[in-house]
Amino acid sequence: MTTLLEVTDLRTRFHTPEGTIFAVNGVSFSLAEGETLAVVGESGCGKSVTMMSLLGLIPIPPGEIVSGCALFHETDLLKSTEATMEHVRGREIGMIFQDPMTSLNPVLTIGQQLTEATIKHLGLSHAQATARAQELMEAVGISDPAKRLSDYPHQFSGGMRQRVMIAMALACSPSVLIADEPTTALDVTIQAQIVELVIKLREQLGMAVIWITHDLGVVAGIADRVAVMYAGFIVEEAHVDDLYEAARHPYTRALIAALPRADQRRGQARLKSIPGAPPSLYALPPGCPFAPRCEWVVDRCWAENPTLQPAATQHQVACWVDTTQEAGQ
Amino acid sequence: MMSTTETIAPRQAADELAPPLSVRQLGWRRFRRHKLAVAGLIILMVLIAYSFGGALFVSEKYANYNDLNQALQPPSATHPFGTDTIGRDIFARTIYGGQISLFIGLTAVIIETGLGILVGALAGYYGGRLDNLLMRFTEAMIIIPQLFLLIVMAKFFGGQVPNFTIFGRTYSGSLVVIIVIIGITSWMYLARIVRAEFLSVKEREFILAAHAMGTSTRQVIFAHILPSCMAAIIVSATLSVANAILAEAYISFLGMGVQPPTATWGNMLERAYSYIDKGVPWLWFFPAMLILLTVLSINFVGDGMRDALDPHSRTV
Repeated sequence: MTTLLEVTDLRTRFHTPEGTIFAVNGVSFSLAEGETLAVVGESGCGKSVTMMSLLGLIPIPPGEIVSGCALFHETDLLKSTEATMEHVRGREIGMIFQDPMTSLNPVLTIGQQLTEATIKHLGLSHAQATARAQELMEAVGISDPAKRLSDYPHQFSGGMRQRVMIAMALACSPSVLIADEPTTALDVTIQAQIVELVIKLREQLGMAVIWITHDLGVVAGIADRVAVMYAGFIVEEAHVDDLYEAARHPYTRALIAALPRADQRRGQARLKSIPGAPPSLYALPPGCPFAPRCEWVVDRCWAENPTLQPAATQHQVACWVDTTQEAGQ
Repeated sequence: MMSTTETIAPRQAADELAPPLSVRQLGWRRFRRHKLAVAGLIILMVLIAYSFGGALFVSEKYANYNDLNQALQPPSATHPFGTDTIGRDIFARTIYGGQISLFIGLTAVIIETGLGILVGALAGYYGGRLDNLLMRFTEAMIIIPQLFLLIVMAKFFGGQVPNFTIFGRTYSGSLVVIIVIIGITSWMYLARIVRAEFLSVKEREFILAAHAMGTSTRQVIFAHILPSCMAAIIVSATLSVANAILAEAYISFLGMGVQPPTATWGNMLERAYSYIDKGVPWLWFFPAMLILLTVLSINFVGDGMRDALDPHSRTV
């Protein structure tokens, strides 16, 4: 498999009146053609900011991309001009957002919003774009597309709107789809439908997917590889099966332990949670950001922040402690 | 409040019931509920028919024809509105004057709306230093009374534009001057409205989504954000037509507006001014009445449009 997107040492900060927020602190990952990478982590750990940085959607100022390189088809996305990025966004990299209720423009019809990208990027005529929009609506499972194109977003339910968002993101058959928590705002049955829809379309179009989520349950079903983020760092990266069977980073282990299990009877065991809260991104400690909440913590953790190191085949982890050797408390 | 529940109910129903009402149908329904607005719309249509339809029966030549022997005749069968100080038929002149007054109202508003949208959109979308610059300029324009600006500019630019002929009719060059200066002295309130709307809409998620689709900044400004301001712009533009007609009447009344022989309701009043105590009320009554009716009915229509279109004003 050829590498499609190669991100190295991405650092993004926000300069606010209250101080500088260190949102992304040296993130590196790669994405192969047709591969699905899940990025998991708590809210505010830099998942979305990472993706926004790649697409040049960070408002500058207050944002600042301090360093990094994101090679996509031999172009560095971080150093491209706005004009180049306009051709990458929507054409090469599609994006779906978390909340379908607010991601569609309420004063434009679905048809207007669905035809815009193909008219701009593929140079279709209005009639061709409308035909393409109908195809897309059918592909994402919306019935009677010809009629619904003239409807406004408020005439669609949440799940339907997310389908429209997916149709918009896929309008120009991009090679990468970034899905930023696309199921978070939906109820569980709709979530499953949306996940299945994305899996189906991924197979059909052969595109790579970056799936941002904080739901490890969804990850197991969709991802090839998983990157776990914490406080703007990637702390562990592994093949999805390795991650569930042999997670190494204490944070990943805690996340997996916090998942409710189907084979547990009610009342038998309480849901586990991770004590404490993620660190403030205004002033990161010199050591490992997870140290204050870690049950494996050693002295070295407070002084030095570990970098991502290979731990097994296709498995990298950033931790001073080998959690497979010692027994946790 | 009753009106709030009334206006929300049909929208919810539209979500669920089979044939949903379009935004336009809903707006028209709310507009019709405003009785004065409907009356205003009817009067306005009659006035437009009067000014433009009347021209089919009365020639412009007749409107400008003067016969000093016929000066200051009271209303009669031959001169339904009487004659003016140099014996022109006032009825004919109100018809042609109406055309010019309404034309000034509409075109000045086009200039005003264009400027207002441009300044408001740039300030609101880009923010920061540009916003600061444009808004301070807007405020500077607002604090100077419009009438004062109009007089100074009319004095300064008046007579700079030669007379011109369109479709065989000659217009005073001052007409263009008046339209432009009314346009450039009245865009400030609209700019503020548009800016406020842009400030809030540009932060919404669907604008980020539009950027993520590769939409260009210009497209985002004009195709994605501007439609959200349309209701406010339409209402403001409607009300501005009335203001522009009034502004024209002011400066024409002061003798600095559109120059004769081109008649406007405003400059007909100017002629009447020196005869105000001479017992010839028909000189000012008819043009003044027409201005009054036009401005009132446009204001009612604007009010009705606000109720129909602008969701923000309904709480007031």
